[in-house]
Amino acid sequence: MFAAEAALSSGFFLEHAWVIPIIPAVAFALIIFFGKKMPMKGSEFGIASMLGALVFAGGAGYQWIQRVNGAGAEAYVAPIVKTWTWWQSGGVQFGIGQHIDGLSLAVLCVVAFISSLVQIYSVEYLRGDRRYTHFFASLTLFSAGMMNMVVAENMIQLILGWEIMGLCSFMLIGHWWEEGPNSRAALKAFFTTRTGDMGLLAGTSILFFAANDWTQKTLGVSGFSIRGLSAWALSGDPSHMAIVWGAAALFIAAIGKSGQFPLHTWLPDAMAGPTPVSSLLHSSTMVVAGVFLVARLYPVFFTGMSILHSSANFIVIIGGITIVIAAALAFVQTDIKKVLAYSTVSQLGYMMMGLGAGAWLPAVFHIFTHAFFKACLFLGAGSISHSASHHSFEMKKDMGGLRKFMPITFTTWVISTLALCGVFPFSGFFSKDEIIDNVGHNGYTVFMVIGLCGAFLTAAYMTRATYLTFFGEPRGAAAGEHHDEHGDAHASHDAHDDHADDAHGHDAHASHDTHASHDDHHGDAHHGPHESPALITVPLIILATLAIGSGFLNAAPFGEKWENFKKWVEPRVEVISPTGLAQVVGGAGEARVASDESTDTTVAGEEATASGDSHGEEATAEGEHSAHESPCGSETPKDGICVAPMIHHAPFKWSKALMSMIIVFLGMFVSWTLCVQLYEKKNKSLVGLTQRNVLLGRGYDFLVNKYYLDALYENVIVRGIAHPIAAAAYWFNQNVLDGVVNGAGTFTKKVSGWVYRNVDQRVVDGAVNGSGNAARGLGGILRPVQSGKVNQYGALLFGTAAIGALVLVIINT
Amino acid sequence: MLLNQFLILGAVLFCIGVYGVIARRNAVLVLMSIELILNSVNINLLAFSLRNGSADGHTFALYVIAVAAAEVGVGLAMVLLMYRNRRSIALDELAEMKG
Amino acid sequence: MLAAELLVAQNVGFYLIAAIMVVGALRVVTSNNVVHAALWLVVVLAGAAAQYVLLAAEFVAITQVMVYIGAVMVLFLFGTMLTRARIGAETDLNNKNWMLGIPVAVLMLATMVIALNDGFGNEQLPLNAAPVDTKTISDQIFGAYLLPFWALSFVLLAAVIGAIVLARKD
Repeated sequence: MFAAEAALSSGFFLEHAWVIPIIPAVAFALIIFFGKKMPMKGSEFGIASMLGALVFAGGAGYQWIQRVNGAGAEAYVAPIVKTWTWWQSGGVQFGIGQHIDGLSLAVLCVVAFISSLVQIYSVEYLRGDRRYTHFFASLTLFSAGMMNMVVAENMIQLILGWEIMGLCSFMLIGHWWEEGPNSRAALKAFFTTRTGDMGLLAGTSILFFAANDWTQKTLGVSGFSIRGLSAWALSGDPSHMAIVWGAAALFIAAIGKSGQFPLHTWLPDAMAGPTPVSSLLHSSTMVVAGVFLVARLYPVFFTGMSILHSSANFIVIIGGITIVIAAALAFVQTDIKKVLAYSTVSQLGYMMMGLGAGAWLPAVFHIFTHAFFKACLFLGAGSISHSASHHSFEMKKDMGGLRKFMPITFTTWVISTLALCGVFPFSGFFSKDEIIDNVGHNGYTVFMVIGLCGAFLTAAYMTRATYLTFFGEPRGAAAGEHHDEHGDAHASHDAHDDHADDAHGHDAHASHDTHASHDDHHGDAHHGPHESPALITVPLIILATLAIGSGFLNAAPFGEKWENFKKWVEPRVEVISPTGLAQVVGGAGEARVASDESTDTTVAGEEATASGDSHGEEATAEGEHSAHESPCGSETPKDGICVAPMIHHAPFKWSKALMSMIIVFLGMFVSWTLCVQLYEKKNKSLVGLTQRNVLLGRGYDFLVNKYYLDALYENVIVRGIAHPIAAAAYWFNQNVLDGVVNGAGTFTKKVSGWVYRNVDQRVVDGAVNGSGNAARGLGGILRPVQSGKVNQYGALLFGTAAIGALVLVIINT
Repeated sequence: MLLNQFLILGAVLFCIGVYGVIARRNAVLVLMSIELILNSVNINLLAFSLRNGSADGHTFALYVIAVAAAEVGVGLAMVLLMYRNRRSIALDELAEMKG
Repeated sequence: MLAAELLVAQNVGFYLIAAIMVVGALRVVTSNNVVHAALWLVVVLAGAAAQYVLLAAEFVAITQVMVYIGAVMVLFLFGTMLTRARIGAETDLNNKNWMLGIPVAVLMLATMVIALNDGFGNEQLPLNAAPVDTKTISDQIFGAYLLPFWALSFVLLAAVIGAIVLARKD
């Protein structure tokens, strides 16, 4: 029967976690209204709100850990779900609220933490910027949106957060929209993610209509509710078509938002935004929204994509492709931020591949660790541009040998790179390698190989980037060439123009921050590169520390005791009663659901009271469904519901770890050697190789043009659709709409003319004139009566009197 | 004597007066015809007064006579004025109030 | 005399005077001569005075003679004189529509006669009625009909002033 439901502890922060998105939302409003008048131009609201959210999220995380620790080893730990109905229509209740469990809290802590660091970093990085206040406002709003999405209790709320993030991404990428490439990049990002968002709406609708009946009947919640959908997906109720299409549609949204192939093209262009934006949105938080969506509604995808039973499915294929193509593209980039961008795309591919292959926990843990080291890498790039390369991100032109000048940045960079490559004991090892391991364990062997290749490539391109940036001789700006005025700086950028190593000239521009905002640096006493100020380096140090340490939250190699993250975050795969969904008995707060309760043990529980369940009758009996095997995900649960599918974890083996480490080091070594040969020693056989060798040259061009995907999207698809549509719209406007309008005008004119002639002239005027004529005629007739002759008057008078008298007489006789 | 004798006499005089007002061209003659009418009225009044045995008719007849005198005075003054302006007292030439 | 004889005498007297009056009236409206018309009017007025006596209205009869014949007719003759009426016959004393007057008059007469016959039939006037004495009349004038008397005095005043104003040579 059911596992015993113990009383689970809760706490203030857990119960009120819905406040967390509100804090930055309020700060956003404050920044908008009062920011410009504040001494720090509004950034104080942003930072305060982020720190406040962080404290809150931290407190909630702590209370959640208590809650999990207080539950049994494999017992189900119910999430804290609250909802408040804001709209009702057609029998459906639209709610807004919170659904707090380990996953939400993990991501929430990440978001709050990195947002705080990035905002502190931005104080220095964007000092003097032309739209400083609005930058902080957008950043704060973004955090509010993302936090809202993470705590969302239902799909509608999730979509709200999703869209807010999309909007803020657009605003932030286009922060310096005065330069054309930046606004184009912002639009590209927005439209590409929008294309994916069609899938979000379609998927939500499909799932709602398919699930609503079941969720209302069994759980009393609408088909938008996340736990409703999770339970429904695993209940055996869904029709195959509905769940497959729903899952596919939602995944398309995830493709757009998380930069998977084929909608990844916006992410590299998004580097046109300021570096803090890149590090917050486009590496650690916003782009993981798609991954978060898949992780959150995992039962839907698990069932819809048949993750358990297949060796290849939509998600894992897309993830795998993404890993490889992005890694390949990272090789040919000269802009350091673009390297990191492609690296992000590739890592997101890892996460998706992991989710698609059933490796839920490693993928989520990779979200966690990746956020830290990727943010550190981006902030490091920003630090270089801020203090060393005069706002240039071009590795080949303006960097080199910077390790001497920027020790802190160099150290943190290296730590984060090692974490990214997955070297023991850095955090990436514990997450990325777990993904690869579990992918193979679950039967997706091909993809495991892809993952290993990806690891090789990752190590290689990061080594290349590191070499070009920190080793060798300082070039260009790093050599102190551009320490005068704008003239020189502009000259150097013009030089970049003709450099065209890619067909898209705007790439070269996109990497330069604006000059106007950094005037104060030119007055610096320092010439040449130097380390960045504390406001920049301290966040780097913090993140690097986490890049080392966060891995130990889930250090599988050291045994189960070290797998805390798994304990806290991974959902327990018990079969639970519908009431067990929101079960907190007594004590500090009750998590209530809109309708929830049944004293039955049957699934047909309907009506709800707000009180907790009586746990007594569900007492005892670990059923045959003990801790280690649960029917969830593979069979339809009887007498209960599942909210998470059973996933098997690959046991850790040092041999496998060693093999992947060898591959990583091999990648590093090969790349290092090639770099030294090519860039330092200028080995004749290597220099200009792509120009001499036709095949390699073609391959190089193919990569440089990003597989011609951009050309395909913009020139073929967009223009092919937009042009005819525009022409058709124009034709419609001129001929149909204008025709209607003109026709209406002509018709009115004709009608009014007819009315004028016939009604006005003939009838109305005729009546008026006629009455006049009649009066005149009557007057003419009556005029002779007044002849002026007394005799006649007398005659009339007496005559009339006579006649009157006669009449009277006749009447009276 | 029959009452009707006097009344019919009055009626006859009245009608002759009416004819005179309509048919006569000379302003003075018209005024004379009006006198005839007034006299017929007097006869009427007195006949009824006798029938009713009261003196009201007499009083009224005296008033009529007084009014007639006033009226003739004013009327002839107007005729005089007319003559002074036009050298003629033919009423059909006096049609300036024609409509 | 006997009452019957008195009655006969009154009747005869009435009819005689009535005939004279009617003829006179007719001559007033048909005469060609303005002065003749005026004189015939005098006849009518005198006859009226005689009728008043028959009607036991002696005061009124005397007043009629004095005011009407004595003043009004003199006034008429003065007016005739002042407006240069031709002495002798004139031919254009009737206006061109004089024929319109006949049907009107006849119609009126017919109506009135019918009405009177119908109304009063053979009603007799009281015989031997004592003539109304002056005292009664004066009581009436200065008693019940005082207000009309005053009005009448205003009328006469207005008439006098009006006549003077109208007729003076300015």
